[in-house]
Amino acid sequence: MSTVTPPLPYRVAETRAETADTRSLELVPAGRELPPFSPGQFAMLYAFGIGEVPISVSALHGPHGGLVHTVRAVGAVSAALYDLRPGETVGLRGPFGTGWDLDAAAGQDVLVIAGGIGLAPLRPVVHAVLDRPDIYGRLGILVGTRTPGDLIYRGDIERWRDRAEVGVTVDRPGPGWHGSVGVVTTLLDAFALRPDRTHALVCGPEVMMRHTARTLMGRGLAAHRVQVSLERNMRCATGHCGHCQLGPLLLCRDGPVVGYDRVERLLAVREL
Amino acid sequence: MSEPSSPLDFLPLVQRARLRAVGFDVSFPAGARLFDEGGEADRFWLLRRGEVALDICVPGGQPEAVMETLGAGQLLGWSWICPPYRWHLGARAVTAVQAMEFPATDVLALCAADPELGYALMRRFTGVVAERLQATRIRLLDLYAPHAGGPP
Repeated sequence: MSTVTPPLPYRVAETRAETADTRSLELVPAGRELPPFSPGQFAMLYAFGIGEVPISVSALHGPHGGLVHTVRAVGAVSAALYDLRPGETVGLRGPFGTGWDLDAAAGQDVLVIAGGIGLAPLRPVVHAVLDRPDIYGRLGILVGTRTPGDLIYRGDIERWRDRAEVGVTVDRPGPGWHGSVGVVTTLLDAFALRPDRTHALVCGPEVMMRHTARTLMGRGLAAHRVQVSLERNMRCATGHCGHCQLGPLLLCRDGPVVGYDRVERLLAVREL
Repeated sequence: MSEPSSPLDFLPLVQRARLRAVGFDVSFPAGARLFDEGGEADRFWLLRRGEVALDICVPGGQPEAVMETLGAGQLLGWSWICPPYRWHLGARAVTAVQAMEFPATDVLALCAADPELGYALMRRFTGVVAERLQATRIRLLDLYAPHAGGPP
């Protein structure tokens, strides 16, 4: 969708607490419905009277069949979205952006690497890969968070362990944490990476994505086999306002998902 | 997770066998202390199973703070390479650990007798140090830089 459209009203069907400051909202159309989303695409969520923010879709079909978005309360708009309760209404525009290129990963191992809430846009990828084991090879899910309390989708992660190679690590362990501590790339040591037949999909803080991409390339993965989801200051989501420009890319239109081969150099340019 | 490759695979078979000949299998129960910060760094381990936490003393009677965990397929300990040959961190087995232990004096003697092996080994351990340094920097940047933060 490339033209400016008014937000459509969606009703909050259900909310689910993920962490102390993060909540998933399942949204169902209150009238007209937006076109279908793909994993990695995002919507502009409008908290009426407050503002609009881009939020990636974290599940294509929630328990009520609606779209799920996971929101961390970090600013006025996201805090207002976080505070929404079932039955309340939000404005939605979309779908926007490129989404993960799952066709490129067909027949290959898929390695999902997430930092913090970066797992949200990757969750539909996990669903898609688990739904089609005939199409994809091994699935690795590596998640890094700052503290154990920041880990989202705990129930999902436990369920995924049966069907995927799952690793979780934290920066700051708390009492009762007996898992890994350190950067997410340390989990790669336990994953038998096959560089010539693996696609890696990475989302998290930019510094984490750069470090992860470089580590993957150091282990033989070609840059075009690494996809990253980049966030900039997206405002219009239609490629017109220019707030989300990264060199020749307007990330709301040409991203947020891009091949690392396209952005490796751009991410090292100081002025961009 | 799948069986990882051994971090000694980079060595030619003959040199790998020579190195393995001075190593021996050890195991530690969960909770065992492998070494303490400041202690004599006279060995290293190739972890085969289990998890080890690297920690640092925190003053005031606090429990040690875990800095990083290492698991199967990773090398534990590099302080034996260079003076003052003291552990920079402590290490504790988080789970039951199986490992191959290498005494530093034997390995250094091998390196002196076979400089090619010594060079290869030093390059490997330099890589370990570089990886951990870089990982530490990334964590510091991610945690404490003013622009730190994830996507919305």
